[in-house]
Amino acid sequence: MPSVSRPVSLVRRLTNFGFIGLSILAALLVLAPLGAIFGYLVYKGIGSINLAFLTNTPRPVGEDGGGMANAIVGSVMILGMGSILGVPLGIGAGVYMAEFGHGRFVNLVRFTADVLNGIPSIVVGIAVYALVVLPQHHFSALSGGVALGIMMIPTIARTTEEMLLMVPNTIREAALGLGIPQWRATLQVTLRTASKGVITGAMLAFARVAGETAPLLFTAFGNQFWSLKPDQPIAALPIQIFAYAISPFDEWHRQAWAGALILIVLIVVAVAAVRVVTSRGSMANNA
Amino acid sequence: MPRFHTPVSLPSGKQEHAAAATTSAAPHIELRTSKFSKYVDVVFRYSLLLCSISIIAVMALFFYELTSRSKLSIARFGFGFFTGSTWDPVAGDFGAMPFIYGTLLSSLVALVLAVPLAVGVAVFVTELCPRSLRGIISFTVELLAAIPSVIYGLWGIFVLAPLLRKYVEPWLGKNFGWSGLFTGPMYGIGMLAAGIILAIMIIPIIASITREVLVAVPQSQREAVLALGATRWEMVRMAVLRNARVGIMGGIILGLGRAIGETMAVTMLIGNRPEVAKSLFAPGYTMASVIANEFSEATDDLYLSALVEIGLVLLIVTVIVNACARLLVWSITNGHSARNNA
Repeated sequence: MPSVSRPVSLVRRLTNFGFIGLSILAALLVLAPLGAIFGYLVYKGIGSINLAFLTNTPRPVGEDGGGMANAIVGSVMILGMGSILGVPLGIGAGVYMAEFGHGRFVNLVRFTADVLNGIPSIVVGIAVYALVVLPQHHFSALSGGVALGIMMIPTIARTTEEMLLMVPNTIREAALGLGIPQWRATLQVTLRTASKGVITGAMLAFARVAGETAPLLFTAFGNQFWSLKPDQPIAALPIQIFAYAISPFDEWHRQAWAGALILIVLIVVAVAAVRVVTSRGSMANNA
Repeated sequence: MPRFHTPVSLPSGKQEHAAAATTSAAPHIELRTSKFSKYVDVVFRYSLLLCSISIIAVMALFFYELTSRSKLSIARFGFGFFTGSTWDPVAGDFGAMPFIYGTLLSSLVALVLAVPLAVGVAVFVTELCPRSLRGIISFTVELLAAIPSVIYGLWGIFVLAPLLRKYVEPWLGKNFGWSGLFTGPMYGIGMLAAGIILAIMIIPIIASITREVLVAVPQSQREAVLALGATRWEMVRMAVLRNARVGIMGGIILGLGRAIGETMAVTMLIGNRPEVAKSLFAPGYTMASVIANEFSEATDDLYLSALVEIGLVLLIVTVIVNACARLLVWSITNGHSARNNA
């Protein structure tokens, strides 16, 4: 090939190097904040996490100590309520879209789910305030759960659908061919085959709403004291972090960092736990 | 394919017995299965349908509630709500102009910063970096999306804002002060800080969609351009970016939608002052943050109604933005993946 020896012009080579350099720079610049945020979070938070922080409720300004026990429990409660609402509805909608999904209606659902996914969380907060808090006449843990649950539905529905669409049709046909009724074939064969992906999707939705603050501001509202009642205002980690972060007190800033670290750890542990459980399941299947 | 190993549970007992008992009479089997399970099938199908309808119902309810609760303010101010720049709860005079301005400007700053970086990362991951790094980098970028907004805000207040105040803003003021964008007192907190934190938050969205779209560009296009003697850059520009530009646009619009609605981090960093200022150093206020700050304090009906109207505007704008973005992205990736599955 005679033309190979013809050199690429200097300008073109320089442009090429410039491009590669800029791409690498972009990658580094994007990764830098992640490192900075995690590093700082651990550095600031780790010293403030102790038994008192995990077992006490907030103390008034000026008193040292105190913790976020009520906020941690509150967050778990709200998230539990949200999951009870959001997971079945989301999976149900996803199964419908994938298994019975033809025609305009399903396309509309799919599209609405995607658009709903992009609605600002603060708008969800207002809507749930109008739907649940106003009729109830006061802020409540339940309304917080409803807000988070609603936010989980579209994400779970779309991932469930995607996962089910990856199940080969032959499996469905095999199940139905054995004479199993449709509902058993869908639940025990198709959904079970895709269960790993479905669970992962649900977990991602959970992780996404776990840190949400805006929809809780006027639903769960926050609480300085212990409360486990679903019809009363309840503390939540993100609200507590927000309140402490914008306060002028150093002690509270310290606790905000500690709370933020706990929140991140909760999210990461939840996601990692599911990863481990689901991957072990598949290994057992392969063996 | 490990998927095939998942135990396919046979219907235990009942139906097999039924089959054994009536081996010679095939129609009987059909009758046995159909009586009960057809009924269950119908119930099953309709309950799933209800789940799907719930998504549309939620959307409809949101619109209904926000419209009906903001009637008071809509009737009182009309279109002037969007042009008025006084926000005075005591006098009962509400104009949303400063908030709309703040939302638009902070989102614009975020886009200007985020788009080149996000596209750069996506190009780096799909076209340049070694295979072994690929997974790690995209996983890390996605981790950025998992960090809660309030933690970005916390980090912004205590790390980013001081950094801006001490180093970045003085430098910008000295070198680019003539543009009018970088003048005035440097608080650290303000429009610039909000824009930067928003940029960090929307990079993962734009980057992951761009990556998806770039991967969807057929390999043969790249090979064709390379075979003509193009350099890497020329290949990316001619074969990859040109083919993917509609999808990238969709990703950018999705990022914009997120930036417009983002609440907590912005509330913590923008300074919360309802003013229209040209300088990026100046504090501002966004639609989402005014709701977050004032909603639970709004005592009279008109005040609450004005805040809900801002929420309604946010809802409408983000629905439009997201619908456009989805249509763009779908036109590229969805048709493709749907065909693969069929």
